[in-house]
Amino acid sequence: MMDDLKVIQKDKLSSVLKAFVKISAILTMAILIIMVAYVLIQGIPNLSLKQFEWKYTSDNVSMIPALVNTVIMTVLSLLIALPFGIGSAIYLVEYAKKGSRFVEVVRLTTETLSGIPSIIFGLFGMLFLCIFCKLDYSLIAGVLTLSIMILPLIMRTTEEALKAVPDSYREGSYGLGAGKVRTIFKIVLPSALPGILNGVILSIGRIVGESAALIYTAGTLPQIAANVTLSGRSLSVHMYALLSEGLYVKEAYGTAVVLLLLVIVINALSNLLAKKMGGQHE
Amino acid sequence: MQWLFTAIASTSVLCVFLICAFLFVNGFGTMMKIGVVDFIFGTSWKPLNDVFGILPMILGSIEVTLLAFVFGVPIGLFCAIYLVYYCPKKVYPKLKSVIDLLAGIPSIVYGFFGLVCIVPALRILLGGSGKSIFTAGFLLGIMILPTIISVSESSLKAVDPAYYEGALALGATHERSVFFASVPAAKSGIIAGVILGLGRAIGETMAVSFVIGNQAILPFDIFSGGRTLTTNIVLEMGYATDLHREALIATAVVLFLFILIINLAFAFLKRRIS
Repeated sequence: MMDDLKVIQKDKLSSVLKAFVKISAILTMAILIIMVAYVLIQGIPNLSLKQFEWKYTSDNVSMIPALVNTVIMTVLSLLIALPFGIGSAIYLVEYAKKGSRFVEVVRLTTETLSGIPSIIFGLFGMLFLCIFCKLDYSLIAGVLTLSIMILPLIMRTTEEALKAVPDSYREGSYGLGAGKVRTIFKIVLPSALPGILNGVILSIGRIVGESAALIYTAGTLPQIAANVTLSGRSLSVHMYALLSEGLYVKEAYGTAVVLLLLVIVINALSNLLAKKMGGQHE
Repeated sequence: MQWLFTAIASTSVLCVFLICAFLFVNGFGTMMKIGVVDFIFGTSWKPLNDVFGILPMILGSIEVTLLAFVFGVPIGLFCAIYLVYYCPKKVYPKLKSVIDLLAGIPSIVYGFFGLVCIVPALRILLGGSGKSIFTAGFLLGIMILPTIISVSESSLKAVDPAYYEGALALGATHERSVFFASVPAAKSGIIAGVILGLGRAIGETMAVSFVIGNQAILPFDIFSGGRTLTTNIVLEMGYATDLHREALIATAVVLFLFILIINLAFAFLKRRIS
């Protein structure tokens, strides 16, 4: 309908504004395309099979140990953060009374948590987990720090997914004699699953890209951590280490390509899920 | 079961409490030891001589954030307007996934791109080393785009279409209706988005550390190097000991206070909208 109304004679200001709007949209697209193209074109020739060997040595700064550590940390962080995130969202949507003080406090702290920069999380992890809880630089300290970081993200996506479940589902379940807990676990959560999964995927993206919070919690040891009390670097930390040593720009290019591809795949998955969810409750 | 979910829901409260407690307890003690005025308004940072003044870093953080504002906000806002009022249906999902991807790229990759592409380009264009406060602000301007675009877009979408239609009916052009009727109506939402973006910019660490040069000097010239609160922490924490290390934690406390103020402003604006 808007298009039909756009027939009025243009004045100068309108044309200028229109030009700015279009240029901004094109610039936004161009920035991403330039960035991805630059990293891929410069980076792919720098990738070699050698960088995917099992062992890291100073001659061959393989990224495989870092990749394995990243996978371990991602899985563990999700295992820890999901019950808390989903539980909190269930409380907010299914149990909380509207406008209660406690709900206000939970919302405010969750917002605060999602606004805290990762370097602060890293320092907190170092002070609380590594020093106060005596975990030292270890995978588990990194994992716990990451869990706190992704908590607000999981809470928000789950809350939205739970809210999108129509009340008629709940009423139907109550009508058949199910209790509140059974209704939540058998009816509401399964219908909200795609939304929750989307939160999981976004969290994976966040974890894979995280570096500042991990350097001083999980440390930078370039080996696969045999158990969670040992230090181990993630892929992003690996890239930071390569760049700050300054000797391995070629390998850093390779790591950047892998990171970028991972993020692109994660984003595509998230889009796919969002599309699936769009038609779900109609 | 309700008590269990209530207990779980208090995790985030507990986390924020712990973070505040550990940072403040560690940081304020150090500030007292160094002297609050000497610490915050001290102009030189020489860990080897036990001189810890973080004014250069505070100003550095503020300058890069303002530059990010200059680069990021106009493009972000106009792009959000494009998404809501101009975008053809076919282009919309493409532009949306571009913005999602911009938001998903890790900051270390932004930093790398800055280091290998933007820094050499600015070295040729402006001379000098290419690493400067200006470069960092430029890169941050790109990084805050997705935040500003998505928050502005949702607040523009929430504006009653009657504003736009009324303006058209009075004879205004499409552009004038959008810019002088709809956009002002979405003002608080857009400001909230900008504040959120500024929070991202002031807290960004990795990307900035590769392009700013990292000299701990008062940043009078934006085209020369500088240092921010975040990069100060990440650069020196690895080898710092004793008072130096405590001073870095106190630096984080100052950064945290900035972030808390920004967050509260955002929360306040958001409550006012709804």
